[in-house]
Amino acid sequence: MSAEDTLLYLDGVSVSFDGFRALNSLSLIIEPGEMRAIIGPNGAGKTTMMDVITGKTRPDTGTILFEGGTDLTALREAGIANLGIGRKFQRPTVFEMHTVWDNLELALKAPRRPLKTLTYSATRDDRARIEEILDITGLSPKRDRQAGSLSHGEKQWLEIGMLLAQDPKLLLVDEPVAGMTDAETEQTARLLKDIAGKHSVIVVEHDMAFVRELGVKVTVLHEGSVLAEGSLDAVSANQQVVDVYLGR
Amino acid sequence: MLTRFLLMGLDKKAGVLLAVLAVLAVAVPVMALAAPPDSPWHLSTHTVALLGKYLCFALLAVALDLVWGYVGILSLGHAAFFALGGYAMGMYLMRQIGPRGVYGHPVLPDFMVFLNWQELPWYWHGFDQFWFAALMVVAVPGVLAFAFGWFAFRSRVTGVYLSIITQALTFALMLAFFRNDMGFGGNNGLTDFKTILGFDIQAPETRVGLFVATVVALAAGYTLASCVVASKLGKVLVAVRDAESRVRFLGYETERYKLFAWTLSACMAGVAGALYVPQVGIINPSEFSAASSIEAVIWVAVGGRGTLAGAVLGAVLVNFGKSYFTAALPELWLFALGGLFVLVTLFLPKGLLGLAAQVKGRWPSGRAMAAKPAGQKGI
Amino acid sequence: MHRVLSWLLAALIAVATPAFAADLDPLVRALGTGTYADTEKALAKLAETGDTAAVPVIEALQTGDLHVRKADGAVVVARKAGNGVALTDPLTGAALGEADRSAVEKIKINNSLRRSISAALGALTLMSPNPQTRRQAADAVFKSRDVNALEALDTALAKETDEGVRRAMFQARAAVVLNSSAPDADKIAAVETLKARGDRDALALLNAAANSGGAEVKAVAERAIASVEQRLALWGAAQNLWYGLSLGSVLLLAAIGLAVTFGVMGVINMAHGEMVMIGAYATFLVQEVFRTFAPGLFDLSILVALPVAFLASGAVGVAIERSVIRWLYGRPLETLLATWGLSLALQQAVRSIFGPTNREVGAPSWMSGAFELGGLTITYGRLWIVVFAFLVFAALLVALRKTAFGLNIRAVTQNRSMASAMGIRTARVDALTFGLGSGIAGLAGVALSQIDNVSPNLGQGYIIDSFMVVVFGGVGNLWGTLVGALALGSVNKFLEPYAGAVLGKILVLIFIILFIQRRPRGLFALKGRAVEA
Repeated sequence: MSAEDTLLYLDGVSVSFDGFRALNSLSLIIEPGEMRAIIGPNGAGKTTMMDVITGKTRPDTGTILFEGGTDLTALREAGIANLGIGRKFQRPTVFEMHTVWDNLELALKAPRRPLKTLTYSATRDDRARIEEILDITGLSPKRDRQAGSLSHGEKQWLEIGMLLAQDPKLLLVDEPVAGMTDAETEQTARLLKDIAGKHSVIVVEHDMAFVRELGVKVTVLHEGSVLAEGSLDAVSANQQVVDVYLGR
Repeated sequence: MLTRFLLMGLDKKAGVLLAVLAVLAVAVPVMALAAPPDSPWHLSTHTVALLGKYLCFALLAVALDLVWGYVGILSLGHAAFFALGGYAMGMYLMRQIGPRGVYGHPVLPDFMVFLNWQELPWYWHGFDQFWFAALMVVAVPGVLAFAFGWFAFRSRVTGVYLSIITQALTFALMLAFFRNDMGFGGNNGLTDFKTILGFDIQAPETRVGLFVATVVALAAGYTLASCVVASKLGKVLVAVRDAESRVRFLGYETERYKLFAWTLSACMAGVAGALYVPQVGIINPSEFSAASSIEAVIWVAVGGRGTLAGAVLGAVLVNFGKSYFTAALPELWLFALGGLFVLVTLFLPKGLLGLAAQVKGRWPSGRAMAAKPAGQKGI
Repeated sequence: MHRVLSWLLAALIAVATPAFAADLDPLVRALGTGTYADTEKALAKLAETGDTAAVPVIEALQTGDLHVRKADGAVVVARKAGNGVALTDPLTGAALGEADRSAVEKIKINNSLRRSISAALGALTLMSPNPQTRRQAADAVFKSRDVNALEALDTALAKETDEGVRRAMFQARAAVVLNSSAPDADKIAAVETLKARGDRDALALLNAAANSGGAEVKAVAERAIASVEQRLALWGAAQNLWYGLSLGSVLLLAAIGLAVTFGVMGVINMAHGEMVMIGAYATFLVQEVFRTFAPGLFDLSILVALPVAFLASGAVGVAIERSVIRWLYGRPLETLLATWGLSLALQQAVRSIFGPTNREVGAPSWMSGAFELGGLTITYGRLWIVVFAFLVFAALLVALRKTAFGLNIRAVTQNRSMASAMGIRTARVDALTFGLGSGIAGLAGVALSQIDNVSPNLGQGYIIDSFMVVVFGGVGNLWGTLVGALALGSVNKFLEPYAGAVLGKILVLIFIILFIQRRPRGLFALKGRAVEA
């Protein structure tokens, strides 16, 4: 498959910190509209992979292309985000001093330059969109609350809501259900599946039950490169994967 | 659109403050010029200048609060922007002296004659025109802040490191302005001003005029800052303060936002300095000292960081205290100031206005204040 | 200086050998009679005695202080005192009372006499039994390049046994030869001698020779000039390096405590400079005690001041940590403000107690003076500070790496909760670590009291520099602090000759500001995910 038809194309990406190879010639392809789960033991390079895609970390070597042509390694975080790549962090990071509404308004797709934001005022469409997201995430009653006062789960949802407001082509979601109750986990899975229809999604997760619930193609990372790829059942049967997970 | 922009920024606190300023703008001229000198309501020119000085500091505090309170950049170099604005105004005032200097040279200021300089350095040209000087009051601090900020923010120097290099910048400028070769009067700075726009700078009427100009500048600066803070841009700034990298991943070039606020703040500080100089009658390199910058920070901290009204309040209160102490108990002033630094950071992290809001919050009718847990994320 | 010395020497010799003095007396008296020619004859006889007691007489003649007392024709030294003149005996230096100016008549000298005087002086002092006097005489000839001294030099050289003095005489001879109409071969030999001397004086002489001598001399001189200039440039660089090392060690001393509080603990202590100041005042107090109770042991006061200053600053540091800083961990900018407030209060406290003026801190004898090393002049005070700075650095390194306390510090700074879980009393470690950093600042104060004014503002001068050093070197890295201090010191000193001290400093500041843009974490920064958190 050629790079042109892909949404995200990683080839031979390596990163090392002080001699430690966090990514070791990692190659990965995401197709438009695809949802992909990434699993792997601690230190497999999952978060670092997110970092290099979103521009937080610059790879030492390798190619990262978006929509077949744009070289992501040449861009900084904001530029990459504006191409349409959204990211949700492992620990929920929302703007705690702002209200729920303001958090969504900041994330909402709109011109990002300072002078534009200085004179910005929400249009009817903007407000409608924010209302819609508030409904989807169930945060409508708390729209005027400061985000800092939300519960852990609500913050996760708000962050997913912010991703929706951003309307990215590709979403990177880092452990969205860590610390959630079973009911919340289920709801989150449903929400992500809804999103997957219109967007491509990469989910990094430890929780196998959650991954199974998503029912998508799985990539197993180990020591900074891809160990196996396929359905969850297929990779679960893979002897190498079993060895890695059982630490043999 | 402008009215909407203005309305957005003006909340209740702003209303109160602007009303107070309006009262001052009327009352002070009346009391200084119309009240007979023996009346208890009379204000001496000295008092008018003192009040004007406080308001200049208040404008500096608003400028500082814009970057520290809302963007989280603790600048230890704002005195430098203040002083640069002051020097630009001082240069205009020096050129106004003309042949009335001690040495009577038609063009050269006294200190240049004293140094045996034959002609005016190139950077002194144009300062005989008020409009040019006024432009430079804003442009010089603005350009310096822009250049400095462009480098610093782009390379992501943040937090304490940024504070330390702003201090280094101020220190370097102070050393530079102390040099006679720089052509800014060295150690003695610029002083012995005679007239401003043709008016005698010592005359009570001129003093009152300068005071009113300061009130107007403060009101304008405050309004501008309030509007910026209330806009979506202001929300981005606060978001940058609390979680900068998250803002980046939303697609905002945080560097540009910081640069905008930083440069705007420097320009405001420059205006404050320019109004300060004719009222105190001198500008010298000690204005660049680290101590002046940090003192400005404590005004903001006392009043309440992140509330523009608090910055104004803090600047006026602390400087009033300083005037009182340095006259009555000079030995104690540094103890008082030092103690203020410690007490405010330990016990009043939100300043006086924050305290007021908390006290109000205790009453059942008051609106609960959803405060961030103290000490959780730092500044 | 030279004259005072020879006066003293002469006085000593005069006392030791009264018999000679008696013999010289009529010769001295003869100086005051008759024409210039008569004086010259008397001078020659005086010189022939070879008695160095005559030196002050001849010197007085040279400077125009030798007079004849009109009343009795005695030759005296008369120097202006009040309205009249003070008289002294030219040989013994004994005071002979005061007199009206008209009571004495000056012994006048002309050019021919002046030359004879130099020659006589040269000859006499070059023969002095004291090697130091001979050496000074040779140096004087070197400077005057007086052709008349050549004969005396040759005589003296023939007798000279001291190697050092001999070399000085040879160099003096070479200088004279170049100034004379000696044949080219002699001049070329002289050029070689001066080339070996190789200092700035030699360079001046060589330049003169290159401009005046014959073609061959000129060529040789130019080669010698090139060689001397190169040598001088090298020594100049070495001197700059030494100054840089010296400044660097001062910076290191000031910054090393900060490297602990800021670098290891991450606490921004703006009162760090005041810790240095407290150390300096502790030194002052210790010295006062020594001056009062044991002036004889004054040389030891600095050694006693070291532990006192360490404990004083350390105790203040612990008090500050316990009372203020511990409430502000994790809020660096607020720590900065609070400690700035403390620094103001500390300055005012010291000002109230000790007064605003500078306090006198003396140098022990083993820290005064200087010595020469090739073309370098090194003062003992600076040398000790360099040595001391490195000792403190090494001691801190060992303390952090090899002791249990150091292990605790590293454990707490790297993972506070884990360390706490392991049973380390983190609060105690915090307080002691801060105390350690402050105590080291106190040690710096002892050293800085030797080279800086001990005033309440002492610390203010070092705080920005210290932060620059730590930030430049890389926070959390002691070696970075060392390299940072030495590098900034050297850069500063190498810039100074071109830019001047102030501009040099400004350039260094700008350099650091730009440097931090390139490498926000300093020279030796840790890289990786850990630091991002």
